[in-house]
Amino acid sequence: MKSAVIVFPGSNREGDVARALQIVSGVKPALVWHADTALPAGTDLVVLPGGFSYGDYLRCGAIAARAAIMDAVREHAARGGLVLGICNGFQILCESGLLPGVLVRNARLRFICREALLKVERNDTPFTRRYAKGAVVRYPVAHGEGNYTADADTLKRLEDEGRVVFRYVLPDGRRDDAQVLNGAANSIAGIVSEKLNVLGLMPHPENHVDPLVGPTDGRALFESLVGALEKA
Amino acid sequence: MKARVLVTLKSAVLDPQGKAIEGALRSLGVPGVASVRQGKVFDVELDTVDPAKAEATLKDACEKLLANTVIETYRIEFVG
Repeated sequence: MKSAVIVFPGSNREGDVARALQIVSGVKPALVWHADTALPAGTDLVVLPGGFSYGDYLRCGAIAARAAIMDAVREHAARGGLVLGICNGFQILCESGLLPGVLVRNARLRFICREALLKVERNDTPFTRRYAKGAVVRYPVAHGEGNYTADADTLKRLEDEGRVVFRYVLPDGRRDDAQVLNGAANSIAGIVSEKLNVLGLMPHPENHVDPLVGPTDGRALFESLVGALEKA
Repeated sequence: MKARVLVTLKSAVLDPQGKAIEGALRSLGVPGVASVRQGKVFDVELDTVDPAKAEATLKDACEKLLANTVIETYRIEFVG
């Protein structure tokens, strides 16, 4: 699996995700600078990492979404190539139009840094095939703007098409939109594109891959990608 | 010529920051504030004197970057 992690000024999770990819796939990903105009030849997976690109100026992800490399990322996605956006990467995907909706300030205005429980709503995507459908997993979250919002038509379309892949849930696995940690509509933590090749999520699977740190629930997401690409 | 671009949240979008400011004003005892919505102001200098051209440029700037039209609307004003 050849992966490319895009680095913007202010990205800070590129090392974490590169390490996770290397642990799981055995291959070191390329780090690609935002001002570059092309991805390395043969790139299978593009990752937009977490952080605070451009200091979150204007809107989270807004300026990064207009960076030179993003045209290459859009072309990669249009060809059906895999794109994973985590946290700030999810915000960049929404700002760039690769995913619908937007992530706004958390409902209670607090920066949330803790572990979140997520339900894996479907396991027929390249990102989740190694999870059981309906599994509840633990990923850390660390964001101030993770409150997913879209207009009613977009939300309906996402639900009708089953494009919500990760949802925040309570310890008993139940979803409660009134109690969701950041106020996200329909408890949405992560969504995929129509062709299932672009995933954006606020929580950080890359930080739960090493038993030294604790839970390893994030590992299966990267294993899923390796598996999906081997099969292809 | 100079222009001012105002970007505000659409009325249907919740504005937690505006709500917090509203609460702070209330706790300060500032009377008569019914509600607060927070927005952004951009003062832009343009190298044209043609209002139509300036308007077109700013519209383009808003659609491409200054506003996220999923949640925000924008207004362009020309100043002095």
